[in-house]
Amino acid sequence: MNFTSVVLATSNGSAAAFSLDRIIELAPEIWVAMAQTFAMLLVAIPIAILLGTPLGIWLYSMSPNGLRPRPKLHRVVDGLVNTIRSFPFLILLIAIIPFTRFVVGTTIGTAAVIVPLTINAIPYFARFVEQNISQLGNGVVEAAQAMGATRGQIIREVLLVEAKPALLSSITIMTVSFISYSAMAGLVGGGGIGDFAIRYGYYRYETGVMLLAIVLMILLVHAVQFIGTRLSRAADKR
Amino acid sequence: MIRLENVTTTFGKGQELFTAVKDVTLDIQAGSIHGIIGFSGAGKSTLLRNINLLQRPTSGQVFVDGVELTGLSEGDLRKQRHDIGMIFQHFNLLNNRTAQQNVELNLKFAGVPKKERRERALEALSIVDLADKASAYPGQLSGGQKQRISIARALVTEPKVLLCDEPTSAVDPRTTTSVLQYLSDINASLGITTVIVTHEMNVIKAIADKVSVMEDGAVVEEFALTSLQDPSFEPITPIGRYLISDDITLNRQPKQANNLAANVARV
Repeated sequence: MNFTSVVLATSNGSAAAFSLDRIIELAPEIWVAMAQTFAMLLVAIPIAILLGTPLGIWLYSMSPNGLRPRPKLHRVVDGLVNTIRSFPFLILLIAIIPFTRFVVGTTIGTAAVIVPLTINAIPYFARFVEQNISQLGNGVVEAAQAMGATRGQIIREVLLVEAKPALLSSITIMTVSFISYSAMAGLVGGGGIGDFAIRYGYYRYETGVMLLAIVLMILLVHAVQFIGTRLSRAADKR
Repeated sequence: MIRLENVTTTFGKGQELFTAVKDVTLDIQAGSIHGIIGFSGAGKSTLLRNINLLQRPTSGQVFVDGVELTGLSEGDLRKQRHDIGMIFQHFNLLNNRTAQQNVELNLKFAGVPKKERRERALEALSIVDLADKASAYPGQLSGGQKQRISIARALVTEPKVLLCDEPTSAVDPRTTTSVLQYLSDINASLGITTVIVTHEMNVIKAIADKVSVMEDGAVVEEFALTSLQDPSFEPITPIGRYLISDDITLNRQPKQANNLAANVARV
């Protein structure tokens, strides 16, 4: 296929693009795709927060300047987090197929893509947690230590409270990134709105359908960002 | 009330070994206000941190109210710390908690039941005349008010000792006076033994009963502030003499009239 034919084909697709009929025809599929995207995010992001937060706290605590320095162990876990973080998502998706099968019993479909998304999101969020906490500075930690706080109290009552606005921003950034990652779900038949855009727009040259899907993704990202910014600002009392 | 015996604190090791506190022995009387003065890097903040083991000494013993803190387990040390309040140069309040929540937090760490916390926090805030700011966040308060909140936070557990690390170094002169007045009143009315680290001699002159002068990690001399009233009194060490004079003396060059005129003309 040469370049000219691609352009022609695309413009042909565009001609059909503005037909409302086609979009109405595909509407049920668009709804399913949106629901799949939501399912991916609603499972992966909360699990990432639930598991990434302790991992991030752990990375902070065990670091050489942390609450309970354990430099050697820290280096090992730190390296592990970097390793997972450095995998291109597409490759991670394939690489952990055996694990995915073990967890959800299948390697295709939305459930199957949630596993690699989550695996990717946990260290991603842990880094955010670690950074947000270390940026608080030593002052509040020292004050709490002087008040006789335990390590657990310092983490719960001081660090997480003070880092809350930054953590909310981080959750927003993560969610937006993972809307984009979830588009690769098509590779294992995971569906979602990104996959929908690729299938109809990219593979079948239905530019109009693709544009609609992209607009939906843009709206989704904007909504997430809007809510995230609001929440973070409300939590920030500085 | 506080006794340090041969306390030495070093940082780093090998070639980079730095001795912040050198073999300091110090006795602080119950109910007194004890000043520690010295230039930046003299080791005075480290010495203060040695008292509540925020910085554990490399060697030596620390006693507070008869208990050897250096001999305690981590859990027992935490319990003792409820009896040792501390305030800081930069206040170290939690920005995302209100004044009252900041004060209550200390009670929470001390295991005080929730019902009691609110009442005691408000009581402590009223000691520093900030009960009306109970629901304000630190970001809404001035530097002086923040320091008073932190004083309330330190006092709320009714400690026997109050450690003050450069409490007036981040506030203006008028606020300095107000903060010191509160510290002085609290010392007088509650009898809290107060240790105050500063590089400003006027702070020491205003509030302290006794002062330790530090240089290069060592306490080089110690005197009672009452001795300053004796005109024949003179500190033994040059740094002591320098600090009590506390005037800024510059070596001012005569103004070069010609240059000045030339510059003005050019403008």
